Amino acid sequence: MTTESGTEFADAPDFRKKIRVWLEENCPAEMRDGAGGEAEICWGGRNWTFACEGQKLWLERCATVGLTVPTWPKAYGGAGLSREQDKILKEEMAALNARSPLDSFGIWMLGPALLKFGTEEQKQKFLPPIARGEIRWCQGYSEPGAGSDLAGVQSRAEDKGDHWLVNGQKIWTSYADKADWIFALLRTDKDAPKHKGISFVLMDMKSDGITTRPIRLISGASPFCETFFDDVKVPKEQVVGEVNRGWDVAKYLLTHEREMISAGGQTMGAGRPLGAVLAESETGASDPVLRADAMRTEVDALAMELTLERYKDQAEGGQGVGDASAMLKYAGTELNKRRLELVMAAGGSDALVWGDGRAASWLRTKANSIEGGTSEVMLSIISRRILGLGA
Amino acid sequence: MVKLVQTEEEAMLQDAGRALLEKSAPVSRLRELRDQGQTHDDALWQEMVAAGWAGILVPEAAGGADMGHAAAHVLAREMGRNLTVSPFLSTAVIAATVLRRCDDPRSQLALGEIASGARTYALALDEKAKFDPEHIELKAEKRGNGYVLNGEKRFVVGGSNASHVLVLARGEDGLCLFDLPADRGGLSRTSSEMIDSRDAAELVFENVELSGDEILGMAGSGGSLLQFGLEAGQAALAAETEGLAQAAFEMTTGYLKERKQFGVPIASFQALQHRAAHLWCEIELTASAILHAGRMLDSDPQNATLAVSLAKARATDTAQLAVREGVQMHGGIGMTDAYDMGFYMKRARVAAEWLGDYGYHADRVARLRGF
Ligand SMILES: Cc1cc2nc3c(=O)[nH]c(=O)nc-3n(C[C@H](O)[C@H](O)[C@H](O)COP(=O)(O)OP(=O)(O)OC[C@H]3O[C@@H](n4cnc5c(N)ncnc54)[C@H](O)[C@@H]3O)c2cc1C
Repeated sequence: MTTESGTEFADAPDFRKKIRVWLEENCPAEMRDGAGGEAEICWGGRNWTFACEGQKLWLERCATVGLTVPTWPKAYGGAGLSREQDKILKEEMAALNARSPLDSFGIWMLGPALLKFGTEEQKQKFLPPIARGEIRWCQGYSEPGAGSDLAGVQSRAEDKGDHWLVNGQKIWTSYADKADWIFALLRTDKDAPKHKGISFVLMDMKSDGITTRPIRLISGASPFCETFFDDVKVPKEQVVGEVNRGWDVAKYLLTHEREMISAGGQTMGAGRPLGAVLAESETGASDPVLRADAMRTEVDALAMELTLERYKDQAEGGQGVGDASAMLKYAGTELNKRRLELVMAAGGSDALVWGDGRAASWLRTKANSIEGGTSEVMLSIISRRILGLGA
Repeated sequence: MVKLVQTEEEAMLQDAGRALLEKSAPVSRLRELRDQGQTHDDALWQEMVAAGWAGILVPEAAGGADMGHAAAHVLAREMGRNLTVSPFLSTAVIAATVLRRCDDPRSQLALGEIASGARTYALALDEKAKFDPEHIELKAEKRGNGYVLNGEKRFVVGGSNASHVLVLARGEDGLCLFDLPADRGGLSRTSSEMIDSRDAAELVFENVELSGDEILGMAGSGGSLLQFGLEAGQAALAAETEGLAQAAFEMTTGYLKERKQFGVPIASFQALQHRAAHLWCEIELTASAILHAGRMLDSDPQNATLAVSLAKARATDTAQLAVREGVQMHGGIGMTDAYDMGFYMKRARVAAEWLGDYGYHADRVARLRGF
């Protein structure tokens, strides 16, 4: 089975049937319990330890036929599926309650940016390992002084002829302590206007001079880090896009990140419909105020799901949804925060205990409207770029 | 008619409260306790006792200061500002309010011991995950002159540390309220690790034997007797929550003035200015509800229900807004454990749930307003 080539999917006349049969034959039993919490995710990477044999098999089998990145071209490890086919694939996976074989910043963020801005060499070198889950990436954008004002980054890369010399500090680097490589925004021309002097650079986290230090979150977990660069030598060919034009790459990548966060907003933390959560709580369903709140949130969640669908349909052809991703990011994350507030209220005192899981998820959702650009920044993008209001 | 302004006496109490707590119980103290795995600070409680706080609702004859509910709210609000951990609400407010309604020698003794710091109390009420004082199943069986208790209680705030427990149980004649030492045979307590770094215990009663005079008031009257204690607790918790909201708000506006992005303080962005202004308006409205609840409990406790529920609903809502905005307006740093805002968010969530959440109290307001 696993030797079958992805070609057959993309061109199959009866795609749905073909994919269904393949999933049924190849998805291990342990992987048929739906998308669980953070702990169930397979992130891959050089040091990844599989939670079970099924997780390993599932990743290998999907990677072989390109189903870890279904819409990427076959040449780079994808299955070359159309958006329509991808939708069918998702439906069939959901019908089987199959877990995602691989999640990663490489798939969600860097991959699309490389596909658009990378040289042929860069694509050949980095995309297939991302598709196979061999390299785990982290994102080095934010700095202590450059958050919402992302173009204010100060970490710099100096041209030393045959290499770049990198110095500076990043912050809030999610999973930097577990990642193999980092994609970072670095200042390469300090005299240019701030958007014009930035480059998009790839670095191996094993390079001399890179250190990371975990930061503990209010949810108790420590998924993110401070990252320091101290005279790090970086090969010249690891800049993506033109030197000093990294802002274009960064922005493009951010639209993908935002779509990902807003879509994740539907499931993150508590992937079940609110109605079901409420129905199972001891008194939740009979509390009229809570029920009214939940009802409104459920209605909004359904509309959000359909909007995601609609935008994706509109953007068929793989170009992303552009500035409207700000809307998805804003609405999706604010909604997700409301959802988890209600999950907490429905749980009552049971949900106030560490170890229950609900409280940690609730606290984690508070970051959804901050990471990848805050809600305020999203609203500014909508008002300026879409509505044409203000400067 | 009583006025909705702070009296001179209350203002002095506020100053004293603020001074004591800023010195002995700032948020950094809560962090220390959390890091040491502790949920109780006995030295601090003794300091509060010495300042007369434990006896704030205890009659002078029993050794208290008898300053009333509004005064208790002044202190609770300061504790909210500092996220102070103490048995103040359960002991000095809820238990003292109930006990002073029982005109008998043993309640007098108990009140004296509250004021002197010899006793602390926890209220064992909830049996479900949501506050529901009408549905009590813990069983009180009459045996000879006394009783035997069997059943379970959840979310007993301060339950692992208190020396005494007030328990609401169901007897043959209806609800009964008991007052017993927490180390009584057959009673076991298990503490949970709560998100606000405080204690809430699960209590299991297995053939716990009580003497006849450990029942408060009369058999069957436990619900209405406790009602006074509950309302006092709800209003004081609302006051604590208001203080919490106020402190989170001040932290946030302080940060807005200090943090620079795009070369300017973020306070210069109208998107944030208006929300800070809105939050301030919400806190003002809530402050009125709290002050009113205190005045009602002091002047007309029989008719304070609407005022109390209004205060608890408002305070819950306002505090949730204050901490949500607090984290959001701080950006990434608001999500870190090293920064205090997260502590405010977690305490606000627990205070929202304890003694009835927004839905419970808003629903009560609706009923009392005739819809
Ligand atoms: C859990 C988590 C994970 C993250 N992971 C990563 C990662 O992997 N890699 C990475 O590079 N970064 C990451 N980030 C960082 C994230 O992108 C930044 O936190 C975010 O961009 C906000 O920046 P800041 O924290 O400096 O907040 P600030 O920019 O200081 O914002 C503070 C407040 O001011 C508001 N504000 C700022 N400017 C304006 C304006 N012009 N108008 C109106 N309001 C404004 C903001 O909306 C916010 O409410 C992560 C953050 C979190 C919380």
